[in-house]
Amino acid sequence: MSLLISNGRLLDPSSATDKLADIRITDGLISEIGPAGSLSAGDNDEVIDATGRWVSPGFIDLGARLREPGQEYKEDLESGGNSAVAGGFTTVVVMPDTHPVVDNAEHVQYILARSNALGLCQFLPTGALTVGRQGQILAPLAEMQKAGAVAFTDAGRPVSNSQLMRNALEYAQGFGLTILSHAEDIELSCQGHVNEGPVSTRLGLKGLPVVAEETIVARDAMLAEFTGARLHFSHLTTGRSVHKVAQAQQAGAAVTGAAAAHHLVLTDEDVNGFDTSAKINPPLRSNSDRLALIEGIRAGVLSAITSHHTPQSSLEKDTTFDRAEFGALGLQTTLPAALHLVDEHDLEPLTVLGCLTSGPAAILGMDIGKIAVGSTADLTIFDPNQTWEFTPEANLSKSSNSSFIGKTLKGRVLKTIAKGKVVFTI
Amino acid sequence: MIAGQHLLGMRGMDAATIYGILATAKGFKEISRRKIKKVPSLRGRTILNVFYENSTRTRVSFELAAKRLSADGVNISASGSAVAKGESLLDMAQTLNAMQADAVIIRHAASGAPHYLADRISARVINAGDGLHEHPSQALLDIMTIWEKFDELDGLNVAIVGDIKHSRVARSNLIAMKTLGMNVRVAGPSTLLPRDLEAVYGCTVCESVGQAVEGAHVVMALRLQKERMNSGLLPSLREYSVEYGINSQLLRTTQDNAILMHPGPVNRGIELSPDVVDGQRSVILDQVENGVAVRCALLYLILGGSQP
Repeated sequence: MSLLISNGRLLDPSSATDKLADIRITDGLISEIGPAGSLSAGDNDEVIDATGRWVSPGFIDLGARLREPGQEYKEDLESGGNSAVAGGFTTVVVMPDTHPVVDNAEHVQYILARSNALGLCQFLPTGALTVGRQGQILAPLAEMQKAGAVAFTDAGRPVSNSQLMRNALEYAQGFGLTILSHAEDIELSCQGHVNEGPVSTRLGLKGLPVVAEETIVARDAMLAEFTGARLHFSHLTTGRSVHKVAQAQQAGAAVTGAAAAHHLVLTDEDVNGFDTSAKINPPLRSNSDRLALIEGIRAGVLSAITSHHTPQSSLEKDTTFDRAEFGALGLQTTLPAALHLVDEHDLEPLTVLGCLTSGPAAILGMDIGKIAVGSTADLTIFDPNQTWEFTPEANLSKSSNSSFIGKTLKGRVLKTIAKGKVVFTI
Repeated sequence: MIAGQHLLGMRGMDAATIYGILATAKGFKEISRRKIKKVPSLRGRTILNVFYENSTRTRVSFELAAKRLSADGVNISASGSAVAKGESLLDMAQTLNAMQADAVIIRHAASGAPHYLADRISARVINAGDGLHEHPSQALLDIMTIWEKFDELDGLNVAIVGDIKHSRVARSNLIAMKTLGMNVRVAGPSTLLPRDLEAVYGCTVCESVGQAVEGAHVVMALRLQKERMNSGLLPSLREYSVEYGINSQLLRTTQDNAILMHPGPVNRGIELSPDVVDGQRSVILDQVENGVAVRCALLYLILGGSQP
């Protein structure tokens, strides 16, 4: 028995494919691809009519916090996994800043075991770069890699000590590991709450200056160039950060960068009214920085769009702005945010979808995120034009910290297929 | 005008409303100078003073205002209440709501705390200072003080000097003064001026205090919190007073009828030299007196009392 997806618009950025096609899935793998109307279904085959729909490789997220273990009241791998597949993701890189921190092989194995047991999307664990994310001692990177960790990061924290960051990059380079950088100079951030600019001035909130990000982007990019290590910036938010990454790339450094979906559609003005859902780290920036990120994607400097999914419960968010924790949901709203770039900023669909598929795959150095005969059948079928409301009921996260709740969004995931199995459908 | 509304900030308040509040305050000032200062306007109404930060002027003047209007006022301060036991603002809001207060006056270290409360309680919320954000009753009493000395506010030159960045007084005044057509010039150490100040408030940032003060009708100095030195924003109090302190020599360059203001409490010898604090131009004590009158007017108008 096989699954036939007929007459969809197949968009595969890995091969720059954009054509109407039929796709057959057998035993979890893509077994056949042909022109639309060329493949016929057998008696026992299931058929998905994708006429008018877009069919893309399953999305890959490079950074979600799913809070398990330790903070299951905010999210767990099951609720996070359900959010992910509803958002079209078939692969989710999971951040290690749980309680306890994922800084050893056992915890890496735990995430993978849960991933297999749940059978929603593939969770790929990351390991902390330093023990306990304390920025003091290197965590056992090679051991975690052998256990299945795909990258290393202190998620949500920089390695403030430049010498330790150099060592981490150098050590990682020896094992061919990828390091994810949370670029923030903690001293310059100075316990701020919102982008430093007109909004922080008007609301009387302590500012997070752009330069707190940019100085660490510059430092880490130079260290990556110096050490030859692979470095990825998890969530860039400023025009000058994009510029620094472009410079490093031109110099031949193995440096990549991503933008979080919310930074592509929201600005610091969305904090108005002290909306704690819009309190995010790195913060929502000015509109000109937002536009610079979009140009960074257009130019290929930024090669991934992440959900930056960071659930927080009402305990963390239902309070005054200064006391609220950082973070917003993202898994279910990433596709509409990405498609907004096609509609409003004339980006090519393949460029935007590349940031959700082939781009993240290349950053991870993994042979995923493509639609080819013989490859794993991870696919997302969506209608780029269908509008839907992100209602509290539609939200599958345990938390509800999203500026998009109650908003009408354009671009709707209809089916998500992971390893040949339909894991989400509406 | 503002009947039945919250007072969260000066943003969005139009000139007619400001003048309306001040006209009412003028009447209350007159009553305040009578031997019998009490009127029955808010008899039977309950007003809670919730102060999460220390305050003398603001707290006492709101308290006096409530008493003069015959309302029942209760003070809750952070140190002597459940706040000290770590009660959250959410729980405090629910508790206050259950007490059926008509108005809650709140001072809080968090910008936006009154907005948070206003979304969650049925009483009217009056912002008595939130973090670095706004202090609307202070701006109104400041404008009242200026209006007493100058009939026409439109076109007046105002110099605001000092730590704008950490001042909710400056923010509320900048908004109100712009609304009323005043020209505001600011001066202070660059580390104490928030980013995009000119763009946000339509004021002019001057290179020196002398430039700001020259030709001014109103000079307003802001209080310098001494902890600013610890965070490396300033080298020393001495350097601040030399560069940004207001003294009689500087005041010679203002308009002849210029007034000197300060929200208090004054650090004598730092923001202001002692002679100008007590000098002829100083209207600092008028500000205090007007504070009671303005707060009477606010409570009266918001709670819709009968005629005073």
